[in-house]
Amino acid sequence: MNSVILRAGARLQVVLLLVFSAYMLLRGHNAPGGGFIGGLIAATGFVVYAIACGTADARKALRFDPGSIAGAGLGIALIAGLMAVFWGDALFTGQWLFIGATETEKGLPLSTVLVFDIGVYLVVLGAILSITFALEEAV
Amino acid sequence: MEQLLSILIGILVASAVYLMLARNLLRFLFGLILLSNAANLTIFVAGRLTPGAPPLVPDGLDAPAGVVANALPQALVLTAIVIGFGLFAFALILAFRAYQSLGTLNTDEMRVAEPKEPHS
Amino acid sequence: MDTSTPTRWMTLAGLLPVVIAGSLFIWFAGMLPVIAAGDTLRFVWEWVPSLGVNVSFYIDGLSLTFALLITGIGALVMLYSARYLAGHVHQARFSLYLTSFMLAMIGLVISDNLLALFVFWELTTITSYLLIGFSHDTVKARRSALQALMMTGVGGLALLAGIILIGTTAGTFEMSEINAMPGVLTGSVMYLPIVLLVLAGAFTKSAQMPFHFWLPNAMAAPTPVSAYLHSATMVKAGVYLMARTHPSLAGTDFWLWTLTIAGAITMVFASVMALRQTDLKLALAYTTLMALGALTLLLGNESGYTITAAATFLIVHSLYKAALFLVVGILDAQTGTREAGKLFGMARAMPVTAAAAAVAALSMAGFPPFLGFIGKELKYAGAIAVASEPYLVAGAFLIASALMVAIAGIVSFRPFWSKSGAPIADVKEAPWPMLVGPVVLALLGAFFGIFPDTLATMLVNPTVASIVGSAEPAKELKLWAGVNLPLFLSIATFVLGFAIYAYKLKLRAILIDLTERSPKFDNGWDKLMAGIAAGSKALTRVIQTGVLYHYMVATFGTALAVLAVTLFFRSTGIPALGVPQVQLWDWLVFLLVLLGSILVLVTNSRITAIAGLGVVGIGMAMIFILYSAPDVAITQLLVETLVVVLFAAAALKLPSLTPEPLRKRWLDVIISVGLGIVTTVILLKVTTGPIDRELTTFFETASYPQAFGQNIVNVILVDFRALDTFGEIAVVLIAAISIFALLKSKPEEDKP
Repeated sequence: MNSVILRAGARLQVVLLLVFSAYMLLRGHNAPGGGFIGGLIAATGFVVYAIACGTADARKALRFDPGSIAGAGLGIALIAGLMAVFWGDALFTGQWLFIGATETEKGLPLSTVLVFDIGVYLVVLGAILSITFALEEAV
Repeated sequence: MEQLLSILIGILVASAVYLMLARNLLRFLFGLILLSNAANLTIFVAGRLTPGAPPLVPDGLDAPAGVVANALPQALVLTAIVIGFGLFAFALILAFRAYQSLGTLNTDEMRVAEPKEPHS
Repeated sequence: MDTSTPTRWMTLAGLLPVVIAGSLFIWFAGMLPVIAAGDTLRFVWEWVPSLGVNVSFYIDGLSLTFALLITGIGALVMLYSARYLAGHVHQARFSLYLTSFMLAMIGLVISDNLLALFVFWELTTITSYLLIGFSHDTVKARRSALQALMMTGVGGLALLAGIILIGTTAGTFEMSEINAMPGVLTGSVMYLPIVLLVLAGAFTKSAQMPFHFWLPNAMAAPTPVSAYLHSATMVKAGVYLMARTHPSLAGTDFWLWTLTIAGAITMVFASVMALRQTDLKLALAYTTLMALGALTLLLGNESGYTITAAATFLIVHSLYKAALFLVVGILDAQTGTREAGKLFGMARAMPVTAAAAAVAALSMAGFPPFLGFIGKELKYAGAIAVASEPYLVAGAFLIASALMVAIAGIVSFRPFWSKSGAPIADVKEAPWPMLVGPVVLALLGAFFGIFPDTLATMLVNPTVASIVGSAEPAKELKLWAGVNLPLFLSIATFVLGFAIYAYKLKLRAILIDLTERSPKFDNGWDKLMAGIAAGSKALTRVIQTGVLYHYMVATFGTALAVLAVTLFFRSTGIPALGVPQVQLWDWLVFLLVLLGSILVLVTNSRITAIAGLGVVGIGMAMIFILYSAPDVAITQLLVETLVVVLFAAAALKLPSLTPEPLRKRWLDVIISVGLGIVTTVILLKVTTGPIDRELTTFFETASYPQAFGQNIVNVILVDFRALDTFGEIAVVLIAAISIFALLKSKPEEDKP
């Protein structure tokens, strides 16, 4: 599809969707969202970009090979699950750290659960993009 | 609504099976998508329907105040949708490559692995 | 294999097995005083307590006799093979197989738990398969190995079934406990199936008629393997099994007659067939069959005489048969042939081998003062002690023993001392590692013959005690038992034996003529194998038609039949259909999804179909939104988008749809409508029934306090059920990788 408007719009739209996907990912623990949804949103952004500007450009914009992104995501999720071992818990038990927590405020929560969700996000993003890019290139 | 959806799922299953019994591989794929939709909906309905109360814990409470929707089937369906997508994509591309190699989408003619017996 | 050229043979691969076997022999020998005193040893580790599977070892006279034969002969055979196979490319592999086999065999004879015994039983089957097929580059070796594997493997399966029956009948798998409960098996209704199954295992392993034919074929193995497996160990596993289960299974007419008849037929048939052979190794193989038949026959009885005869003959036979196999191996290695018609007068060239052969053969033929004589006298005494048909049994022994005399002459006298032909020139004596085995084994036969009491108190009496119980008086082992019927039978044996030896060539010609005309078991085996292959091919053709449609009809048809039949017989009426609580929105969504699926069903346009699928997907998302599943709804919408994108990219490169008219698809309509109705009925039943919300309640109450998350769905996904989610994203990744591989392979490569 060779449309100037679509191409210009796609650039902007990728940025917006990426930011939005990160937002959905981070809020996922307390409101609708999470790694699956975030990853799907980000993937949709790049898929539209690939339709508008071609997969070569989309791959360039992505910087990393989608297969590697998915692989890294699986590794991150695995590490997040294995980290429970250091606290003597069963595998895949969530570990939490509340930075600056006081009696009333719980502070800034950091957790292996979030790391795990980021892994999910990356796997979904990478897997879908590697499927669509490969298909787009094959037809 | 559970009853209405049960009927709807029956219709989806019937359509899906009818399509999957077709000789054309593309129709088979349509059937596959409908069948995974029907399966997801089955899990969802089996957990009962609750309108207007998403499974969220309100701020300041330890558990949802009133009755909220069943969260467990939702979690199952959510992953099932993503996995279903993976399955669909694989089947689609398998069909695509099969067509490139064999030049047909008719499943009766796809017999490279198990060709017809010469005498039959 | 030319052993005259010096080869480096003291390698790790050659000598380590000798050390292992030797150490084990010494370890087991250390238990002799305890066992000879009438005690038993037992070690137990619980393995799978819930199933009653223990690793328990039980050592009594029977196990110790076998363990000593296995390790003792094992050490000698391994020393022999270290030299015999020195420099062979796969010597290390051979050592590994042989050692593994030995360990499996030891495990078999000292296991108390029957299930553990079965595992070791199968391990001996597998290792012997590897050993028989050691020369895997010949068709014969591969076929023989497979044949042995199939025969003993099928028997092993029968044995497993028998063991399970024993375990459920007796309530335990520990053989020592079962044997301590007299009548628990013989009095059970399952007795007949148990005996049949156990004997199926024992008869295939010990090559009783009509399962005998694999044993002579197994002579394709290297000679040390034949000496070890097919004289002293593996084939005796069946004998061991019969002896081990003897206290619980014997004592019935069925046991008596089955073992007596099978043993007698095998014994006579095998000894006649042994005379027919011109290959010395094959002749020995048939005499092994004869020995196994004799042992089976003797174990059919319960009297102390026959069991003493069995225990003694077991040891006698292992000693002389292993020695003779090793001698034939030496002849083969030094002269290059094992044909009876080519070997004459080799005693001058290889005096030590000739002496060992002579001593072992005299024991085999049953001459005094060798142990074989005592064994033979006991066999006759035992035969006469057989209550029902003493003359039949004694007659069978007479024929078989006479033939043994003749064959002992053919195997050990003629090649070394006969002047009927010229000796092969330039033959050297075998190197010492190969001579140790035959010499030691032959001397042991002579030693125990002269001092039978040593053997009796150390091994025979404890063995007899563990088979028939110590209350039964064992027969005394003596060289001179006085002028009695067994002595006359012995004399008759020698007369008959010498006569057969004198006319051996004529007899052999007659036998060859006879066997050529009679049907061969071996050909039947080939036909059976071909039949099985053809049968499974035909069955595959029926099941695997290669047409997707057939598979789909079978799958969905089965699903329909199973669900519908269950519903019909189990259900308590169709639930009432009310229409409460259905809003306008619900009807709209219903119609939307209905419209979408009808669109997909009827259209012949790809674009319309994809649009229809999109409508269905959006309808689904609306259902999720209406019924409080925001996460699922978002996911559904996004995935739906991607499905359309993918379809648009791929499907439009595919040919357009051709109509498939409804009237030709009445079967499909029946199946699909039927499945739809069944699904609806099941769901109606499910949703009107009670629901268990225990898990949901847990997630709702634990989500925030324990996992610090307010979105319960997400908490389930990434925290409570994180391992599942991990598996799921792994599947997504695998799908992506497979798709990538599919697309990157070149279409031209797989053009048919």
